[in-house]
Parts: sequence; C-alpha cells; structure tokens
Amino acid sequence: MSATTRRRLLFGTAAAGAGLALTACTSNDTGDNAQVRTDTGGDNGNAAAGPKVIIGFSAPAADHGWIAAITNNAKAQAGAYSDVELRPVEAGSDAAAQRAALSTLIAQKPNVIVMLPHDGKELNATGLEAMRAGIPVINLDRAFPSAAAYRLQIKGDNYGMGLAAGQYIGEQLKAKGVSNPVIGEIPGIDSLELTQERTAGFNAALATFGFKVANRRPAEFTADSGQAAATSLLQALPKLDALWNHDDDQGIGVLAAIKQANRSEFFMVGGAGSKAAIDAIARDDSVLKATVTYSPSMASSAISLARLIGQGKGLSDLVELQVPKEITLASETITKDNASKYAKLGF
Amino acid sequence: MIAETALPKAPKYDDNLLRNLGLVGVLLVLVVIGIVTRPELYSDPSWVRDNILTILQQASAIGVVTVGMTFVIIGGGIDLSVGAIIALAGVWSTTLATQSYGAGGMIFTALVVGVAVGLVNGVLIAYGKLVPFIATLAMLVSARGLAAQISGKQTQVSANETINSLATAKPLGIPLLVWILALVVGAGWVLLNRTTFGRRTVAVGGNPEAARLAGINVKRHTVLLYVLSGLCCGIGAIMLTSQATSAQAAMANLYELDAIAAAIIGGTLLSGGRGTIVGALFGVLVFSTITNLFAINNLATEVQNMVKGGIIVAAVLLQQFRYRSFTNLLRRRNVGNNS
Repeated sequence: MSATTRRRLLFGTAAAGAGLALTACTSNDTGDNAQVRTDTGGDNGNAAAGPKVIIGFSAPAADHGWIAAITNNAKAQAGAYSDVELRPVEAGSDAAAQRAALSTLIAQKPNVIVMLPHDGKELNATGLEAMRAGIPVINLDRAFPSAAAYRLQIKGDNYGMGLAAGQYIGEQLKAKGVSNPVIGEIPGIDSLELTQERTAGFNAALATFGFKVANRRPAEFTADSGQAAATSLLQALPKLDALWNHDDDQGIGVLAAIKQANRSEFFMVGGAGSKAAIDAIARDDSVLKATVTYSPSMASSAISLARLIGQGKGLSDLVELQVPKEITLASETITKDNASKYAKLGF
Repeated sequence: MIAETALPKAPKYDDNLLRNLGLVGVLLVLVVIGIVTRPELYSDPSWVRDNILTILQQASAIGVVTVGMTFVIIGGGIDLSVGAIIALAGVWSTTLATQSYGAGGMIFTALVVGVAVGLVNGVLIAYGKLVPFIATLAMLVSARGLAAQISGKQTQVSANETINSLATAKPLGIPLLVWILALVVGAGWVLLNRTTFGRRTVAVGGNPEAARLAGINVKRHTVLLYVLSGLCCGIGAIMLTSQATSAQAAMANLYELDAIAAAIIGGTLLSGGRGTIVGALFGVLVFSTITNLFAINNLATEVQNMVKGGIIVAAVLLQQFRYRSFTNLLRRRNVGNNS
C-alpha cells in the first residue's frame, strides 16, 4: 500500500469516526413526559427513598421514535427518584458493540443493569456474565433464550398486539355486515421476529372471523417506507375494507399515501400508540380509527422495578416479597371512546 | 483506483439505443406478466392509467437522485452518501425553526444542504485526494449521524401544506413529482449530451490524465459533479418529504444502492467514461415496475429483492459481453485465478 493511499484511508476513517461520535450523542430533552411516574413521594411505602441504587442502562442507538422514547423514558424515570443513579452506556450500532459496552459496565459493578438488547440471542451470554457477577439483569422487550441470563424480563406483547388489531378489525367488519372483506396489512421490517409474531397474532384473530389478509406490503418503520408500501398496497387493492399498519411512526407515511391516493372507503388500525396517532383517532377526521399499544413506557417501569430489585423490595400489591420474574404488558386497543384516557400516554 | 483501469471508449449512439430498447423490452415483459397474472385489474382502463402514474410517482425521488449519481459515475467516481444527504436535507428542512420560514425556506434549506454536502464530498475527493468510495462512505455515516442529532432521532412531521401538497398536486392530470422527474431527466440529458460540461464529464471519467493534459480542470470538474449529485439529493429530499409528509434520520434507506444499480443497468460503466441518462431512467422504472408487479400479485418482498439482484447481475454480464469479447472475458478470469 502506497503512503498516499494509506493517508487517504486514515483520513477517511477519521471522518467516519467523527460521524460516529456525532451519532453517539443522545438527546436528553424529555419535555413534559407523561410516560414517567412522577408521584414518587406520597404514602406508597415503596416510594420512600431507600438505599442508593446505581442502575446501568444500555439500549441501541435510536433510529426511530420508539427506541428514542425508550431511552428518554429511562432517563426521565431515573431522574424522578432521589435514590437512583442512572449510568447509561451507548450500545453502538450492533450486538458486538453493545457486548463491549456492557463488559465495561459490568466491570463498574452497578447494582442493577437494565438493557434493551440489539438481539436477545446475541446478548444472552452478556446477560449470563452479569448475573454471574452478581448484578441482576433486567431484560427490556427482547427476551434472552436462557432463563438464567435475567432477573426480570419486561416486554410488550407482539402476538397480543396482532390479536388485538385482528379482533378489532374482525368485530368492526362483522358489525358492518361485510361478508368477504378485503384486508390489507403493512408490517414493519419483515425479517424481525417481532414482526412475524405480530402478523401471526393478526392472522389468528382474523381466522376466528373467517377472514384473511388479501395483501401484505412490508415497510421499514420509517415514514417514507410506509408511504411507499401503502402506495403499492392501495394500487394493488382498488377496493379495501380494512388495513392494519403495525407502527404509528411509519403510519405517518401510510396516512399520507392514503391521502395522496384519495382513498377513504376503508378504516385503518395503527400500532404502538404514538401521540400523533392517538390525537388523530380522537379527532376522528381520517381513516385511522384505532391503534393497538406497544408502549415505550415499559422503560420507565423497568427503571422503577430495577430500583425495587436493587433495594430488595417487592410490588406492594402482591403477596410476594420480591418483584416477579416476567412481566408482559397487555396490548390495549385505543379507539375514539377511550382516546382521551390514553392521550397522555402517547409518545 | 477506479479511473486508472478504465478503458476509454467513444460512446456509440446506436449502442445506447439498442440498450435502451432492451430495457423497454424488459419493461414490456414486466407489464405483460402483470396483465397475465392480474387480468381483472388490467381490464379497467382507469386503473391502468392510475397504475402507470403510480409507478412513475414511486420512481420520481429515486429517479432524480439517479440522474446525479449517473453523472458522478460517468465522471469516474461514486457517491455512497446520497441516501444520507436526503436524510440530512430532509431533516434540516423540517425542523421547527426551518418550517417557520414557510415552504420557500424549507425548499431553500434542502437544496443548500444538498449542495453543501456535495461540495464537501467533492473537495475531499478532488483536493483531499480521498478515494470516492471512502470519502462518500464517511459522509454516509456522518450525514446520517448529524441528521439523527438534529432530529433528536424523532420523525419530524411537516406541517407545511404547500410542501405536503407537492405530492398530491396533479397539473394536467399528471403528478407534480413526475413533472419534476421529467424536468430533471430532461435537464440531465441536455447537460450530458449537449454541453461542454457533459463532454468534460465523459473525458474526466474515461481518462482523467488525458483530460488534464487536454486542458480540463479535472479537480474543479470533479467537485462540480459531487455538487450536482448533492443538488439532486436536495431535490429528492423535498420530494420524499412531501410524499411522507415528514422526514427522519433513517429516511431514504439504501437509496445509494438503488441509484447505483439503476445507473448500472441503464448502461453506465462503473469504471466511468460512459453512461446515459435515459438508460438510468429506464433502470429506475424497471425497479419501480417490479415493485408494482410484486405488489399487485401479493408476492413476498424477499423474492422481489432476489429478482432485482438477478437483473443487476444480468445487466452487468451483458455489459461484459458487449464491451469485451468472450475470449477476453475468459482471459480476464484466468488472470484473476493466477494472481
């Protein structure tokens, strides 16, 4: 390799590194976040300040709103407790980077580690390592295959989310008396297990009504990919009765495509429960009539539970003295009727 | 270095025509497959009309980007940062601060960001002597990083009705975005085939040393090529933002690969010195039509990606057979095995 080529390579790498460093900075702006429990005083015994808990936190670099909300919620919730110190480590852009970051974190011996792994399978060994070092691990959303790799797992219900969406669509179409409905589906990144679980739940619920999906165009959780997928889907189905879009963030693009195609003969159900989607449902001025939740509020709850685990406390309403091992959040269906109740929970 | 191994060859117009006719043939085959598989859709003339416009509209943003990419590749370079430039331009033009300046401010911002990033690319490559692949790869990472930083990793919704209506407007029954694509393609064609700038691009890409000796300011020209690509990305960013009524750091994902692939199957030599704008447009349309064909038949997108990959390989193989004889190809392979 000639000297100039080497210099060019170094130059390029330095520039790339600068870019990565930029990516590494995260926004701390939480605003008036309602996804956080702030009533941490009061007569709740668990809320009283206890021994100081240092919580290590790691989540993938955010590339869309949901992951960004996870990190923001965790930071905000930790900030609400006087006895919690949060040590966030950047998880980088892949599982290997996250493993490296977590190894450093484990060496610092925090009391508890909360992590949203890039991939549950790939970070399983790291979970085991931390548990063996005596640090309870809280797995956020993406499960480890080994039960010994975590103290608590808190996650959303992807299959249940699909079920809820299918149930709502089935009931609505049945009430309308549509016998042979045309149903469209716009999932997120199709290779992800969570997408496959959502679709499986959706199909299972539709099957109980004798319905099935007529066309399925995956997007990539981004608004522009949602717009492209929806445009294709609408073109393929000149008449549509119902549509389930897995993700409200990409739903911005899906709704734009529906408007651009000038279509309104069907109704749409969203997914995740973003603020924009809940507001649109409440206004009832578009085809979006419902959304099924998969809330990033789980990050706030994970921090609260990490604190309890760190202090050796249980959930006060339960008989058990310790926090349970697994918590799966229910996917709730938000419609016009209950949108006001959920409005503050949108992200 | 890509440019040094290039075999400069004067483009033959009948060759281009033949290739473009071949791509039209591919398009026709795709349409016929559509007619055969979904006759009930194709029997409705108004659906067919809508479908053609949909295919064109879906090709519009990536088509504009491909025009810029084609210039860069003909000029002996490559621009891996186009998707990232779109994301940065899109995000920058949809911040609350920019939106407060109205549609004009948003469009101005997107164009300026595109041109500025292209300028940085060009200067790094021409004067910093970075390999285009490395320089634009670095820009890909940095620009997406900056876009994520600016947007706080959130989806920024465009509240500007003028911008959003760009995607719904249909002057003379044809979507405005398709008009923009036609305009950019037309301007690109004139620029490449009817101006000194175009001639210089071919010369610089074919043999930069010869171009320099012939009195062309190769460095300045290289900078201009990346600025042009950046400008196209700025236009593409506005188009995509209006379609999605929003922008985010992850938008225009893998546009660089789609644009390069479209330019290549359109007959642009990756080693530079040769290529056509019309061919690149057909390349984009082939991809857009495949997407449409798979959608109307509800086929899995994984298969669609495999078919796209196959078409790229076929196009490049065709290029090999066309520009080197078969024996040459074999000899090249033997050389590869021995080294």
